[in-house]
Amino acid sequence: MWTPGRRSAACPRASDAPIVARRDAARDRPGFSVNTTLLLVQVLNGLQLGVLLFLIAAGLTLVFGVMDFINLAHGVQYMLGAYLGAALAAATGSFWLALLLALPAALAFGLLLEFLVFRHLYERDHLSQVLATFGVILFLNEGVKVVFGTAPMQMPLPAGLTGGVPIMEGLLYPTYRIAILAAGLGTAGLLWFLVERTRAGMLVRAGAANAPMLDALGVNVRGLFLLVFGFGAMLAGFAGVMAAPILSVEPGMGDNLLILAFVVIVIGGIGSVRGAFIAALLVGLVETVGRGLLPDVLRLFLDASSARQAGAALASMLVYIVMAAILAFRPAGLFPVRR
Amino acid sequence: MAEPLLELRALHKSFGGLRVTDGVSLEVMQGEIHALIGPNGAGKTTLLHQVSGTLAPDAGRIMLGGRDVTHLPMARRARLGLARSFQITSILPGFPVLENAALAVQARRGSSFRFFGRASREAALNAEALAALAEVGLEGRADAPAAALSHGEKRQLELAIALAMAPRVLLLDEPLAGTGPEEAERLVRLLSGLRARYGVLLVEHDMQAVFALADRISVLAEGRVIATGTPAEIRADAAVRAAYLGEDGA
Amino acid sequence: MSGAPGRAERLVPWLVFAGLAAAPFIGFGEGHALTLLARAMIFGMAAVALMLLVGGAGLVSLGHAAMLGMGAYAVVVLDHAGIVEAWIVFPAGILAGAVFALVTGAVAIRTSGVHFIMITLAFGQMAFFTTSSLAIYGGDDGYTLFGRTEVLGARWLEDRLVFHFVCLGLLAGCWALVEALLGSRFGRVLRATRDNETRARALGFEPWPYRLAAYVIAGAIGGLAGVLLANATEFVAPAYLAWQRSGDLLFMVILGGLAGPHGALVGALAFVLVEEWLSHLWQHWRLIFGPLLILCVFFLRGGIVGLLRRG
Repeated sequence: MWTPGRRSAACPRASDAPIVARRDAARDRPGFSVNTTLLLVQVLNGLQLGVLLFLIAAGLTLVFGVMDFINLAHGVQYMLGAYLGAALAAATGSFWLALLLALPAALAFGLLLEFLVFRHLYERDHLSQVLATFGVILFLNEGVKVVFGTAPMQMPLPAGLTGGVPIMEGLLYPTYRIAILAAGLGTAGLLWFLVERTRAGMLVRAGAANAPMLDALGVNVRGLFLLVFGFGAMLAGFAGVMAAPILSVEPGMGDNLLILAFVVIVIGGIGSVRGAFIAALLVGLVETVGRGLLPDVLRLFLDASSARQAGAALASMLVYIVMAAILAFRPAGLFPVRR
Repeated sequence: MAEPLLELRALHKSFGGLRVTDGVSLEVMQGEIHALIGPNGAGKTTLLHQVSGTLAPDAGRIMLGGRDVTHLPMARRARLGLARSFQITSILPGFPVLENAALAVQARRGSSFRFFGRASREAALNAEALAALAEVGLEGRADAPAAALSHGEKRQLELAIALAMAPRVLLLDEPLAGTGPEEAERLVRLLSGLRARYGVLLVEHDMQAVFALADRISVLAEGRVIATGTPAEIRADAAVRAAYLGEDGA
Repeated sequence: MSGAPGRAERLVPWLVFAGLAAAPFIGFGEGHALTLLARAMIFGMAAVALMLLVGGAGLVSLGHAAMLGMGAYAVVVLDHAGIVEAWIVFPAGILAGAVFALVTGAVAIRTSGVHFIMITLAFGQMAFFTTSSLAIYGGDDGYTLFGRTEVLGARWLEDRLVFHFVCLGLLAGCWALVEALLGSRFGRVLRATRDNETRARALGFEPWPYRLAAYVIAGAIGGLAGVLLANATEFVAPAYLAWQRSGDLLFMVILGGLAGPHGALVGALAFVLVEEWLSHLWQHWRLIFGPLLILCVFFLRGGIVGLLRRG
């Protein structure tokens, strides 16, 4: 995997993360410069990436909070969700049926991984957890190639959500993207309710703050964790199914989002769902809007080609610079969980 | 009278609504063992944490040799001459016994930004470290891995590390905890011999040892110092008997 | 670094170096074998540097490939500017790795444990995307060098055998450096902060200057390895900085064992050879490699070198 000839499939491609932004019709219209329409589209795209990131980061941050377990393989749950969605949609011919079937399938797969690999790692150090879950990634990224082939898969838009919604004079925004945004925010609301208002949620929060104490109180921490883990796997799978119609479904698609999700939970404060939500929207916005606007902003100072070059390079760094800046002032993130 | 080596001025610390340190002032002079006693939960360890720099007080001052160290991090206080032994043994388990002490010597002997030369073979460091081990009676175990020591030996090593730092002030958090009667007696003799060189702030539950060792005793109850005096004065103090000694039966 | 290494273990690095020195003359002298060994030695260098962080300082970096990338892209930038002189290229690559480590390390070192893992991963990814966006150096597709670095105008490094021994010499140098660092006063403090951070602080050692220094040194060695990597393939692409590569490097360190830098040597060799062997065996060799990695984590706790200890 080191020689140039063999590299393309194994490595994340730069176009993955910002693809949500790049694919937009509005951007390609000639003569566009910085204006409200473009900004609005960028903001909507950013929020949409944000909610997808939140769905992935929520499971990750809770799993880490309760079990002190760092799971690199959480990103493949997202990828599996997308593949399951695309395959089931092709088999059943219905997006909705595919969504309905993919969720329990993602859940089952998550629990299977927990049983086979993860549960043997809880007592181990973070280094072992990183390596073993890295092994899971290698296996599954290759596995989907064997099962589904290396060519990207497409998933059709669900019936009823094709077309666009006029959100401004002369601007149609795709209905499905608005549906993603709504579904993401709805799930976030549901999660907030579960974590803040139910008994299980209270235990999860207590576990994130102090897991040994829960154990001492006689709470079945293993069972609680299995619940959190399964739920997190399903959320990531859900994000994958939702993203499948607008992204190309391909091996390794979860890896880049995983790393952005890490950035999200580091910014938000590990173990904090509220922090993950706010940080996810922030990261989504910075990533998308920065990428869209920076070259235009730099054009004020540089010639067009240099602005494009420097803008692209700077936009790639922007999220990480924001992360570094936030950590410089708040090393434990925006909403640190008291331990 | 000379300036105190260590001086706490009106320290306050609360956790939530709970006042764990409530206006504590006390001083430790050169050559003095100042013992801090009080029932469990009186706030002794929390107070030591503030002195060593693990916790920051909400209000008040900590002076070390006349210098305000209230806001200095733990490592700076250590370099200014404050050594601490921990209630729960805190050694370097992956290091040999000798190197535990040698590192303490290294901390005050020249720069540690030396990238070459085997530190474990520096004779000057090892000689001083061995002397510290000898003082606590651990010289025979110098080459053993620290993790392999018995509980009592680890307590001795803990003390040897503090001594190897050659500090001005020693903070000892229950040095006798978990040691047998013979070992305890030996440690009491050792501590007694040490007092001339340092100022010692001692937290200890073994009342016999405290009354044998201390030059002065401060009694802490619910975060407050309710009495300070010589062992004889404390023994006679009615408030102390009511608040503490009576309950404890000692 | 628990306990003193036995005699068999002390021989390990010397056996590795002797084997690598003899390899070209005992049937591994043709092109493909030498290319493979050069790769193993280059990653060995990076792994030895990573060992200083993981085994020495307890800092699990998941962004070490970025250090190699900095060195490799330093070669690209200079090549693009028409500069191919080793006495400029090598120091520039080392400096690039060290400066990147200094800047990102200054943020990352403020945290520890799992935060540190995630932040180094994030900075590695930042470097990856940044190099991908540099259209002037080929962007995603990478950059083909005009030729290998020259030494005072002479094209010595083009010779496979010379390149082999340059790699070997530098690998041995890096190993000796890390070995010396870990045993020095500096290394002793570093190991103490890993063993028991509170105790180190109570002794008067603030951990961060030591950790940052280690991080910068590891970055510099990574940069050196990157210069060699660019020369070995005469091609540089963002793929060199992919986060999976950082995972590979971490696995090399653990596979060999954390007992000392010789573990990283053994781990890198074993990794590259097993990878090569498996990838010839089956197109979907990662289906075997992934589970193999998991099994190593589960059962091979002291690494390959650890097997020597148990006897």
